[in-house]
Amino acid sequence: MCTVCGCSDGNVKIEGRAGEAKGADIDAGAPQQGGHGPGHSHHHHDHSHHHHNHHGHGHHHDHGGGHDHGAGVDHHHYGAGAAGVSVAGVSQTRLIQIEQDILAKNNAYAAANRAVFAERGMLALNLLSSPGSGKTALLVETIKRLKDRFAIAVIEGDQQTSADAARIRETGVPAIQINTGKGCHLDGHMVGHALEDLSPAPGSILFIENVGNLVCPAAFDLGEAYKVVILSVTEGEDKPLKYPDMFAAADLILVNKIDLLPHLDFDIAQAVGNMRKVNPAVKVLEVSARSGAGLERWIAWIEAALALEKVSNETTVTPAI
Amino acid sequence: MHEMSLCESIRCTLEEQSRLQNFSRVARVSLEVGPLSGVEVEALRFGFDVVMRGSVADGAKLEIIECPAEAWCLQCAQIVAIAARFDACGVCGSYQLQVTAGEELRIKELEVE
Repeated sequence: MCTVCGCSDGNVKIEGRAGEAKGADIDAGAPQQGGHGPGHSHHHHDHSHHHHNHHGHGHHHDHGGGHDHGAGVDHHHYGAGAAGVSVAGVSQTRLIQIEQDILAKNNAYAAANRAVFAERGMLALNLLSSPGSGKTALLVETIKRLKDRFAIAVIEGDQQTSADAARIRETGVPAIQINTGKGCHLDGHMVGHALEDLSPAPGSILFIENVGNLVCPAAFDLGEAYKVVILSVTEGEDKPLKYPDMFAAADLILVNKIDLLPHLDFDIAQAVGNMRKVNPAVKVLEVSARSGAGLERWIAWIEAALALEKVSNETTVTPAI
Repeated sequence: MHEMSLCESIRCTLEEQSRLQNFSRVARVSLEVGPLSGVEVEALRFGFDVVMRGSVADGAKLEIIECPAEAWCLQCAQIVAIAARFDACGVCGSYQLQVTAGEELRIKELEVE
């Protein structure tokens, strides 16, 4: 955690980058800039100044050399503010109603991502599950079945290591790893940065594999079209009730590892019943990344979802006369 | 522990508001937190004190307004009170419920100087 401002952004690393806003690392030719080094000028405080253009194509965070973007201005505010220029008689308490959603900032980044996806006619899927549910294996098998027909890109979120991005790249599609450090979820801001570097093609499918966690990622919109939650049969039927927020947020649930069913007591009907208790309308597909069972339905779902995104984002509609 | 990230988001909002509305210190922050917001209030309180250090809200009092969770029951065609997402309708026992309140996660009010 950054000791000056208390933010934990210093932990976030986007594979290959160094010294970005949020102290992240991005490789794409950005000058190395130790995010929280001694000369660190806290440009990440000024969240408004560069994030507006974040997702624009040309804008490339050239934070080289002198940090010439007026980073000091906001920072002075912190230095002086709390320590208090408390002039006697000036202080008067007042109430301010702000009624602002705490997640508003994240939602703004998510909206910017969503605009990029719409503009490019892309399908973005946010894949969520507990660690070890077989997300990456499922993703690899999914990519193999789609990559000859569609452009695909992948964003991998994990606290540490770039092992998952490497596994994805072996399939031949571009992948970028975000290491969240101590963070337990991806947020809209991290995905926006990864998107700049990944620059997915128009009409492509973007898979965002979130940090393995059935709790926190549920709250953070990344701009995706759908949240796909994966539950493997080795985890137990009660998970939807134990982690209701995640299952309530799901648009589609994949029950993975069904090839193991003969060896387990897992009751799929009960699991699906529990899912419907927290999310009455949710769609459920049973699959096995290992045996390939049910994958054709999942592939068909993705293709339909992509077609839907393309149709929904079609802007040139000729009025019927 | 995404409560820490939420606190950072609150901090950003407060710093922004201090510029917009011209105040230098926040004495109290009132948050509306619904039981279905996915937030652990105790973790939020812990994170709040730590994250606000050195900001305009250093030492600020955190007030949590807990609001009730409600859902629309498709069977009874009325709003019913619930405690959790997987609750059945208290009137008819159906699980065909659509949550209508309880997901709040909002900064409601600030007391500033």
